[in-house]
Amino acid sequence: MDLLQQLFFYLVALVTLVSGFLVIRCKNPINSAISLVMTFFCLAVFYVMLHAPFMAAVQIMVYAGAIMVLIMFVIMLLNLGSEVVGRYRHAVTGALVAGGLLLLQLLILVKQGGVSPTVGTINAQTVEAVGHTELIGFAMFTDFLLPFEIASILLLVAIVGAVVLAKREV
Amino acid sequence: MISVYHYLVLSAILFSLGVIGVLTRRNAIVLFMCVELMLNAVNLSFIALSSHLGNMDGQVFVFFIMTVAAAEAAVGLALMIAFYRNRESIDVEDFSLLKW
Repeated sequence: MDLLQQLFFYLVALVTLVSGFLVIRCKNPINSAISLVMTFFCLAVFYVMLHAPFMAAVQIMVYAGAIMVLIMFVIMLLNLGSEVVGRYRHAVTGALVAGGLLLLQLLILVKQGGVSPTVGTINAQTVEAVGHTELIGFAMFTDFLLPFEIASILLLVAIVGAVVLAKREV
Repeated sequence: MISVYHYLVLSAILFSLGVIGVLTRRNAIVLFMCVELMLNAVNLSFIALSSHLGNMDGQVFVFFIMTVAAAEAAVGLALMIAFYRNRESIDVEDFSLLKW
C-alpha cells in the first residue's frame, strides 16, 4: 500500500514536471496552454493526496476551467502563430543560470530548514468526518472574513479594469 | 511514506521552471502562463504544509491566491489585447515604450 502510494506520487510528479517543462519549451502558445492544463490536473491529484479535495475541485474549476479558457480564448482571438525567433543565446544561458541558482537555493532551504512537527488538530480523520468544504468555510467566514470581503472588492475592481482596458473607446 | 519534503522539492522545481520560462520566452501570453505556473508551485507548498501542520490557514491562503490569479488573468489579458491593437504584436521585445 505504501509502496503503491510512493509509486503513484513519483508517476504524477514526473508527469507534472514533464508538462511543466513543455509549457516553457513549446513553440506554439496553444501547446503551452494545453501542457499547463495538464500540470493543473496533476496538482489537483496532489491536493487530493494531501487530503484537500475541495481545493482540488476548485483547482480544476477555476484554473483548468476558467483561467485557461480565458487564456486560450485570447490566444485564438489574437491568432498567434509559433514564435519565429527565440531570444538571444546569452539571454537563454543567463536565464538557465539564474533558474538553476534559484533551484539550488530553494533545495538548500528545504534541506536545511526543518518543518516543525504537526501542531494543529486537523488530520485525515477530521477531514473525512467533518468534510473539507465545511472546514474551509468555517475558517474563511470566521478568521478570514475581512480578507474574504477584500477579495470580493478586488474581483469587482478587476472586472471594471478589464472592461475599461479592452474597450476601444471608453 | 511520502513526507512533506517531497512536495516541497517538487514545488521548488516547478517554481524554477516557471522562472526559467519567464526569462527565456518572448511571447507575453506564454510569460503569463509561466507566472501561473509559479503561483501554482507556491499553492502546492502551501497545501502540503497546511496538511502537514494540521491547520486550515494555508488552504484559505491558496483560495485567496486563486482569487488574485483570476483577477490578474482578466486584467492582464485585457492589457495584452489593448497592446495588440496598437502594435500588432505581443512580443515582449516590443514592450519598450518606457525603456530608457
